[in-house]
Amino acid sequence: MAECHPVGFQWVMEAKARGAKVIHVDPRFTRTSALADIHVPLRAGTDIAFLGGLINHVLANGHEFRDYVLSYTNAATILTEEFADTEDLAGVFSGLDADERTYDFHTWSYEGTEVQAAAGQREKMRPDRSAPAGVAASGRGEAHGSGGARVPSDAPRDETLTHPRCVFQVLKRHYARYTPEMVEEVCGVPPDVFAQVCDLLVANSGRERTTSWVYSVGWTQHTVGVQYIRAAAILQLLLGNIGRPGGGILALRGHASIQGSTDIPTLFNLLPGYIPMPHAASNEGLREYLDTESTQKGYWAYADAYLISLLKAWWGGAAKADNDWCYDYLPRLTGSHSTFETVMAQLEGTCTGYFVLGQNPAVGTSNAKMQRLGMANLDWLVVRDFQLIESATWWSDGPEIETGEMRTEDIGTEVFFLPAAAHTEKDGSFTNTQRMLQWHHQAVEPDGDARSDLWFTYHLGRRIRQKLAAAQETATPEDRDRDRPLLDLTWDYPTKGPLDEPEAEAVLAEINGWDADGNPLSSYEQLQPDGSTACGCWIYCGVYADGVNQAARRRPQAEQSWVAPEWGWAWPANRRILYNRASADPDGKPWSERKAYLWWDAEQEKWTGHDIPDFPPTKAPGYTAPEGARGKDALAGDDPFIMQADGKGWLYVPTGLLDGPLPTHYEPQESPVTNALYSQQRNPVRQISAFVHPADRFAPSGHEPGADVFPFALGTYRIAEHHTAGGMSRWSPYLAELAPELFCEVSPELARLRGLEHGGWATIATARGVIETRVLVTERMAPFRMAGRTTYQVGLPYHWGHGGPAPGDAVNELTHMALDPNSHIMETKALTCDIRPGRRPRGAARLDLLRDYQRRAGITAETGTEVSG
Amino acid sequence: MGVGQWLASWPVVRQVTQGDPGAHGAAVKSPESAHLAPRTADADRVVKSICPFCAVGCGQNISVKDDRVTQIEGDPDSPVSRGRLCARGSSSLQLVTNPQREHRVRYRRPHGTEWEDLDLDTAMDMIADRVIASRRQGWEWESGGYHVRRTLGVASLGGATLDNEENYLIKKLFTAMGAVQVENQARI
Repeated sequence: MAECHPVGFQWVMEAKARGAKVIHVDPRFTRTSALADIHVPLRAGTDIAFLGGLINHVLANGHEFRDYVLSYTNAATILTEEFADTEDLAGVFSGLDADERTYDFHTWSYEGTEVQAAAGQREKMRPDRSAPAGVAASGRGEAHGSGGARVPSDAPRDETLTHPRCVFQVLKRHYARYTPEMVEEVCGVPPDVFAQVCDLLVANSGRERTTSWVYSVGWTQHTVGVQYIRAAAILQLLLGNIGRPGGGILALRGHASIQGSTDIPTLFNLLPGYIPMPHAASNEGLREYLDTESTQKGYWAYADAYLISLLKAWWGGAAKADNDWCYDYLPRLTGSHSTFETVMAQLEGTCTGYFVLGQNPAVGTSNAKMQRLGMANLDWLVVRDFQLIESATWWSDGPEIETGEMRTEDIGTEVFFLPAAAHTEKDGSFTNTQRMLQWHHQAVEPDGDARSDLWFTYHLGRRIRQKLAAAQETATPEDRDRDRPLLDLTWDYPTKGPLDEPEAEAVLAEINGWDADGNPLSSYEQLQPDGSTACGCWIYCGVYADGVNQAARRRPQAEQSWVAPEWGWAWPANRRILYNRASADPDGKPWSERKAYLWWDAEQEKWTGHDIPDFPPTKAPGYTAPEGARGKDALAGDDPFIMQADGKGWLYVPTGLLDGPLPTHYEPQESPVTNALYSQQRNPVRQISAFVHPADRFAPSGHEPGADVFPFALGTYRIAEHHTAGGMSRWSPYLAELAPELFCEVSPELARLRGLEHGGWATIATARGVIETRVLVTERMAPFRMAGRTTYQVGLPYHWGHGGPAPGDAVNELTHMALDPNSHIMETKALTCDIRPGRRPRGAARLDLLRDYQRRAGITAETGTEVSG
Repeated sequence: MGVGQWLASWPVVRQVTQGDPGAHGAAVKSPESAHLAPRTADADRVVKSICPFCAVGCGQNISVKDDRVTQIEGDPDSPVSRGRLCARGSSSLQLVTNPQREHRVRYRRPHGTEWEDLDLDTAMDMIADRVIASRRQGWEWESGGYHVRRTLGVASLGGATLDNEENYLIKKLFTAMGAVQVENQARI
């Protein structure tokens, strides 16, 4: 955090100055470790074993925050008898379909008749069962992560938490073998350090104190990435650290608006506000869609209002009740269409045109070679950026040109490079990592041909619409039908200035939404399913309340409370801590004066405090829902998790995740060791089968033959001086000078073992590629000693590429396309490699070296792809 | 200037006599540096902005003179950053004024070996034509027996460095086009 989010880290240091203990868990000793109270060295890829160890410590010793757990989580809920745990089935859960590489998660359900009665519905709600691809690939997990998964709201409970099938007891059994000894054996964490963490964590949680966890892509970029975060969620719920000040699980995200581009998703599986994209199998019509995607209880009960308001924002007058509000204009998914499937579609020739907007996949995406091969097979490519980044120039200077795999003259891709405007040259909002929208104002006009992406998208849409409209007279009925969604689209934004720049605030106003008279809405509670409201993103509704750009508010921090509600605007409804009902006890009183945040004011009969209630504001703590109640009325007065179908925080996930209801330690796709906890080596449903390609091979792991050819753990990361794949930093003279070329970090022990010289060159190889780097020998990269053996690690910051004034080999030549099945995120934080002194071979000899490695390790298309392996 | 005055103006002497033994303040000023002013001092205006690098969202003050950005500094009013910027944020001025920024449309024809010039209007028109063609070529009414109404011909990548409003228009236009392969950095 000190390295990649330095200004955010000032608050950690401020907390430390006030007495907080800072624990840094990381394979490397970094700038963060140097400022922490404790550094916990942990072998990359073993966080679930570590977090599971902490969970076991809490449960085995009765350290859970019992009142919180009982009232606010699903600990008491009883599971169906059909459920079988990884302890019973050698490391997999019940329902594994090995042929399809997927789980049937009927057996993970809560006990309850409603589940049985609704079986037909449940069949529908799982489009993956009918999808041709085995992996339930359409990304439903992500949408359901925000609450849409269906469960019965009245499943049986055991308030004593002793029933053998209640979640609490299931959890206890699942983690019973995650002992300190096991943590040492799997993670390489010394028992005394682990004990210190356990004690600090327990002492710093409860009524008087809270603990927060901060993570970044070190947790997400794994084949079990979602389950890493789930493990932290279990721990935080057990300790009562969610919905309270100083608690939570905080994601440090990497780009200025990566949160915004998830909320208003340029992502295949979502519509704005985490509304799932329609799936062909289960969402044929609007009714079917709403039946399967909305819930009986909580705020997903209003999915109809959110979706129909979105359709009204997009298709305006054309969206009517009798045409299901143009629902049919939405394209349908049949599986995953993530960036990795897009590459495969380019290689197959299905995808012929590609826009790359402020991203640099030619060096920045995992297995960059695959990205370049895909782009080389396109008809046309549009790249919009500040400089001629590698994604624009690979056809003339890419690694494949050097090795002779491609010749420039043979590449048929037509490339348009369009210069982009900078943040100083346009109006707009970024959503930061805490869900807060902040407006940046235009300072100057862009020079030359540089334009904003708002300008580009608006004028491209305008031209396409004009061309299609002009062709309508001669068009076939089929053409007309295909073009109607574009021609009916509301696309009349006001423009300004010499460049005809669209008014960004007009777009924000549409995102916010308006009523039937065109008045700006102020809350998503106003949204209606009858077509009378339009709203481009329901969770952002209120950002333009009263016609005022709330994201542009800048009341100085010194002039307002510590919550700072008048700086920017946080979704939803300007709430700064989500699920903040949980900051008070079931009776509505703060858990302690010290941690008071939101409480029930009995006299005024409403919730009050330092923040806006993330709860129906006048719902009394003692409220119980009448039979058959729906939506927010079905939430009891002590159901803080208002987006969940049962109102509770989920220790156990009965539906919505594809790889298990409980986090379980699996080794990474490539690992130097064998799984010590289960005979199951890897996540059985990791996503790999869609990408079988000669350029994306895997190394053997653990005791498999050939694993010793790639004996070292490899991790990738960022440094303070550069940004992501370098498009915004390698071309800046100061930053390029601060960190001018790629380097690897190795321990003195590994340097001795392989004859590496500090400041010299090394060649690093994986099953996919070979690169060269400078060598930095440092004790900060300590080897791990576990179960009598030593594992050495190699660290690589991944900012470089072959272009620009500070060139270097791209680390993503080494990485692969094995993905987390829920999020479709690749595992770039834990790989295996070999390292040898000296520079890599040039030209075709580079490929010869790679083939030699593959041959020695016995790598085939099947290596590392086994379900049970 | 007398000898006494000359001696007294010598920085080493001033360090001792003016209570600045570490030479961090007035003692190191020369007549020249005493008259220097920061670039922010003569700005025509200061525009409020947000750092474009990571997702912490630090506040920035953009100084503008003669319609050129002359300085970018942290915004002390921000409750997020309290005026601070990191190494990357502090390089924002170079990011936006970098002479290596490309301000012209560049065009590489199929099988071409060099970049060529192309005017923006023509480029936009050509791109619109190509979108229409690829959309149609990759169009599917049905897939695997299901109604899908989509195109797999056109894909888009990127959005996490862009504004919310830009992402909104991209998602809206591409969805209306029938494109489903719309992705960004959230998955890397």
